[in-house]
Amino acid sequence: MTPELLLNLSIAILIIPLLSFIVLIFFGKKLGRPAGFIGTSILGIDLILSITVAFVRLLYYPDAAMFQYKFDWLNVGTNSIALGVGLDNLAAIMLIVVTLISFLVHLFSLEYMREDKRFPRFYAYLGLFTFSMLGIVIANNFLNMFIFWELVGVSSYLLIGFWFEKDSAANASKKAFIVNRIGDLGFLFGLMTIYLTYGTFLFDEVFGSINAGILPFDSGAWMTAIGIFVFLGAVGKSAQFPLHVWLPDAMEGPTPVSALIHAATMVAAGVYLTARVFPMFTADALLFVAYTGALTAFIAATIAITQWDFKRVLAYSTVSQLGYMVMGLGVGAFTSGFMHLVTHAWFKALLFLASGSVIHAMHHAMHHHNEHHMDPQDIRNMGGLRKTMPITYITFLFATIAISGIPLTSGFLSKDGILAGTLAFAQLSGHWFIPVAGFGAALMTAFYMFRLTILSFHGKPKTHIASHTHENNRFITFPLVLLAILTFWFFYSFNPLDAGKGWFHSVTQTPQIATPHNLMFDFMVQNDQAEPSSNQQVKTFEVTHYQHHHSGEHHSYRSTLEEYIHHAHTPAMILSLLVAITGILLSFIYYQFRIWDVDSIVNLYPWLYKGSFNKWFFDEIYQATFINGTVGFAKIGAWFDLNIVDGVVNFMGTLGRGLGKITSWFDFRGVDGAVNLTAWISKRLGDIFRQPQTGIIQAYLVLTIIGLVVLVYIFI
Amino acid sequence: MEVGLTHFLVLSAILFSLGIFGIATRKNAIMVLMSLELIMNSANINFVVFSRFGNFQIEGQVFALFVMILAAAEVAIALAIVLNIYQNFRHVNVDEIKDLKG
Amino acid sequence: MSTFLGLGPLTWITFLPILGMIIILLIPSGNDDVAKERSQNLFRLITAGITFLQLIIAILLMTAFNTKLVGVNDPSSMQFVERVSWISLTGLPIFGTLKIEYFIGIDGLSAPMILLTGIVSFLATFSSWHIKKAAKGYFAMYLLLVTGMMGVFVALDFFLFYVFWELMLLPMYFLIGIWGGPNKEYAAIKFFLYTLFGSVFMLLVMIALYFAVGSFNMFEMMDFTKYDTNSILYGMGGSWRLIAFAALFVGFAIKVPSVPFHTWLPDAHVEAPTPISVILAGVLLKMGTYGMLRIAWPMFPDAVYYFQTWIAVIGMVSIVYGALCALGQHKFGKRDFKKLIAYSSVSHMGYVMLGMASMTSEGMIGAIFQMFNHGTITAMLFMIVGVIYDRAHTRGLDDFGGLATKMPVYTGIMTIAFFGAIGLPGLSGFVSEVMVFLGSFRTYPVYTMISALGVVLGAAYMLWALQRVFFGKLPERWNKPWDPSGKLYKTDDIAPVELAALIPLAVVVIFFGIYPQPMISMMETSVNHLIEVVKTTGQIAGL
Repeated sequence: MTPELLLNLSIAILIIPLLSFIVLIFFGKKLGRPAGFIGTSILGIDLILSITVAFVRLLYYPDAAMFQYKFDWLNVGTNSIALGVGLDNLAAIMLIVVTLISFLVHLFSLEYMREDKRFPRFYAYLGLFTFSMLGIVIANNFLNMFIFWELVGVSSYLLIGFWFEKDSAANASKKAFIVNRIGDLGFLFGLMTIYLTYGTFLFDEVFGSINAGILPFDSGAWMTAIGIFVFLGAVGKSAQFPLHVWLPDAMEGPTPVSALIHAATMVAAGVYLTARVFPMFTADALLFVAYTGALTAFIAATIAITQWDFKRVLAYSTVSQLGYMVMGLGVGAFTSGFMHLVTHAWFKALLFLASGSVIHAMHHAMHHHNEHHMDPQDIRNMGGLRKTMPITYITFLFATIAISGIPLTSGFLSKDGILAGTLAFAQLSGHWFIPVAGFGAALMTAFYMFRLTILSFHGKPKTHIASHTHENNRFITFPLVLLAILTFWFFYSFNPLDAGKGWFHSVTQTPQIATPHNLMFDFMVQNDQAEPSSNQQVKTFEVTHYQHHHSGEHHSYRSTLEEYIHHAHTPAMILSLLVAITGILLSFIYYQFRIWDVDSIVNLYPWLYKGSFNKWFFDEIYQATFINGTVGFAKIGAWFDLNIVDGVVNFMGTLGRGLGKITSWFDFRGVDGAVNLTAWISKRLGDIFRQPQTGIIQAYLVLTIIGLVVLVYIFI
Repeated sequence: MEVGLTHFLVLSAILFSLGIFGIATRKNAIMVLMSLELIMNSANINFVVFSRFGNFQIEGQVFALFVMILAAAEVAIALAIVLNIYQNFRHVNVDEIKDLKG
Repeated sequence: MSTFLGLGPLTWITFLPILGMIIILLIPSGNDDVAKERSQNLFRLITAGITFLQLIIAILLMTAFNTKLVGVNDPSSMQFVERVSWISLTGLPIFGTLKIEYFIGIDGLSAPMILLTGIVSFLATFSSWHIKKAAKGYFAMYLLLVTGMMGVFVALDFFLFYVFWELMLLPMYFLIGIWGGPNKEYAAIKFFLYTLFGSVFMLLVMIALYFAVGSFNMFEMMDFTKYDTNSILYGMGGSWRLIAFAALFVGFAIKVPSVPFHTWLPDAHVEAPTPISVILAGVLLKMGTYGMLRIAWPMFPDAVYYFQTWIAVIGMVSIVYGALCALGQHKFGKRDFKKLIAYSSVSHMGYVMLGMASMTSEGMIGAIFQMFNHGTITAMLFMIVGVIYDRAHTRGLDDFGGLATKMPVYTGIMTIAFFGAIGLPGLSGFVSEVMVFLGSFRTYPVYTMISALGVVLGAAYMLWALQRVFFGKLPERWNKPWDPSGKLYKTDDIAPVELAALIPLAVVVIFFGIYPQPMISMMETSVNHLIEVVKTTGQIAGL
């Protein structure tokens, strides 16, 4: 297959779910239940196409640069803004991840959402979501990424708030969207700076320009700022500290949605973005990324330990694992970070779908026993599900082992790589907090995952509902089994202890750094880059092939960091195995065998327990500061507008009316008064003079005579 | 005592005064007319008396005759007016006929 | 495009409504109910027909429009020009000769507005479908208003422009004052006085310019070589020129409306009947920014250059302040749906101001595009509010909830409009917002970054409203059908007439969201020329 054909196929892969959305949104209601099957089969086609495209790309063109297709979307004056799609190894792998998980979620929902009255609508939204996510995956420029980024936000808004009759669901969807928007604001700043500096959004052109030494505002600090701005988008979408608060709430959505959005796709988008823009990070930006990831991984793990809600534990575990990935990318363990994205996608989707299976079974049992006041997601109501739901249990256990990082699983391969990376990074840069947080989180992960497994599946049923659960049908178990198989190591590397020699590592190597070397950690600068390239054309973001002469002990490393990572591999493996086993053992001690009492620790440090149980009060703090602050400002604004600004206007009006009143009074009393006065005076005079005019002729006569007499008297 | 000019003039003055008094005080229009006649007669007396005592021929008497004829005509017109007034007002009380009042 | 009956297309598009108005006025209202009903139907159909014809002409004009011609300050490259002497008096005291022309034509600045006016005035007729009170007067006024709006966008003679500007005030006053809500008199008078206040400034500047040039022709006013050397407006960068520009700016800013001249807008919107809100938000607000681009910018480029930063600040303040006030509606005040959208308009028109101040291609084109998009999206929003107001007779945000279950199709349309207003990619609002940001960031990075907060605030208040009205549980009082008799509304969901108005708008919003190039090409040449004019002149003036 030619690259053109592959690109066309990728575009087809992108469009197909959109068609599913359009068909189902308009005709879904008429179709009814078949809508689900239509949606699922469309996704099936999409999956087959994706696998084909990915395999061709990875097998035949593993070393080729990104295949690109671009067109001018907007022509503005001399500038043009191009959109386009691109396919490289990362995108190819992500295509499979997204479509496979989306397909399995479609399949799973056929049973899980069977009784929902908006069943077709659900499938339409799933289609829209898949479309948006695929758009991110095959974007070859920042703007495309941002467009689909926002679309993912909206489709997740629709999906999280799918049961919008519940206030909690509506609130959660709103919260998710707005928190994401805050991150997107950073992304938008990044876009603006990029466009201002480079006049384009295409990854290769931007990285090329950076490589050529063009920096925004000619300042290294701004280069760092661009990286951090774009990364802020990832902080929002991938639920990194401090914007992680939306993800646990988003569990209000239907469980398949949680699996789709919060395990494998939407939250992974942030990590994917970070991986995509990896070449433009400076040392400071990378440090920021690494610390964000480490903090997230650690904080989320501490919260997950004490939660009782099945899905909430998984949610915080997701946040924690996302922190891992980001941390991995931040310390330069690019391949392991990205690999963790893939492996985590499988086992976290599995965990969520298994939790869906459990909740579905609990629901059915509750329904069967006319019990409506119990929380079907609370693990304190479960227990003993191992017996009633064996397939769910086994698959869940696989995922739990994988996430805890036990050898022979996919999780071990990627996690170990990240931890080795953090060790090497700390050795070289001295930031020891990062590996400490990483190993600490690994310990807690093993602990809380087994706590979850033990409490819900082991032991005796804690309620009669739990004892009456049944295994679900094949729509639900098939995805579980398939995902469970994917947790084995051999999909990624034939060596169960070292991923470094597997195919995955060879196709997803750390991209060349584009930022100037003086802004970068010198240990990350790659050897082949240090020499000036004879070819003047800059080939950035192109996976240069691993130098294939590692026969025996003889290695040639692309950078000092890689060398250190290689050396840190064995200690990291031993250490991570140690912490994982410790975590698992502790978990068994406390919950399975109850040798030690959990309450004793809780009572020992009650404030720790309280803090962890209440998620370290992040929500409350945000409510008190940002939300109330904004709302307060808004209130002040509205009040100000209504009373001051409009008050001035109305005051002017009143003033005008007052002046009018005064003038009208003056006009009435003064000007008109003078006129009336003359009239009044003449009237009075008239009144006086009319007195003799009695109308009686005799009177006139008398007066005449008197007058005559007077005249006679005067003149004679 | 010889009846002289003065006596006639006094008589005429008395008649005139009575006439004026009658015009001024009578309410009935007929009475007013009659009082008018008195005034005219007082004038006649003066005409005749001045004709007799003055250095005149019969001009005075002729004027008196004219006045009498004129009075007769005047009374005819006046009575016609009074009749019209009566038809309009149903009385001939001059006090209440004040249409000239300003 | 050829002429018809000796009159050019722009004359037809402007004065067709007057023709319709005359026809409507000649038709008797009818005495009994049947005759009344019949004549009301006739009024509606005539109005719809006339405005539809207008829309057709507008679309034809757009297809015949040559995007390569610059226009702006070059009379020879204006398109569809018609020019007749209108008033020509000589030997007047003071004025000397008074020469006013009937001079109309369009360029890249006005073409999008013509299309917008065509679309909005046609579709707003459907929202007027249920107007029963004095239908004859209503539709006559409506058509007069449409003429006024169209005229403002085609006039190239300042005096003619002013005449149309004032012409549109009169029907607007009556349309709010007679067919409005409970507090309509207050709102109508406030609107009228406020706008008139702005017009006075405009009039003063117009007369000053007339004395400088001796003509009301806009192009002569833009040609600084023709200025009378004794005029106070002579000489680039003179203080009188700055004052004149400021006065003109205030006159237009009142119409936009930008903070702090915006308070007439919420009142006018709240009281106006639905179609008038649609027209008001859809077209009238654009006249302010259009006036700036058509008159203030090219006539006072030096002053624009001088005040540029302040204009950007006003834009920024409008964006953030408008958004905060809209958000504040949730927590403060009567929680009126229309008031919320009115404040969102203040915020969205702030983007236009910011883009226009930026003096970059992206920013300016984004600004005009934003004018168009705000016109269509806000028109949708007001129609949508009108739909529930007609049924429930309340617009209180607290009075609703869970409408999504009762009215699914309506909710779907609503979602498009809301996300359009938020600036979701794929809908036209996104393109213009991003373009404004990209452009203004070049000139004012800090202001732009502050303005971008409006994006988050916008999402907050819009989603809040969406949730309040559509999600959650349906209150008891709306459980029964809207109209139990089934006469007015056959179903609970949106009626076909209302859909007929909303769907075309939604299509426009989606179309330009995915493929904005036609609109951008239309204005690109003119906008770039305008920027060049302002920049070169401003730099010559050395400000």
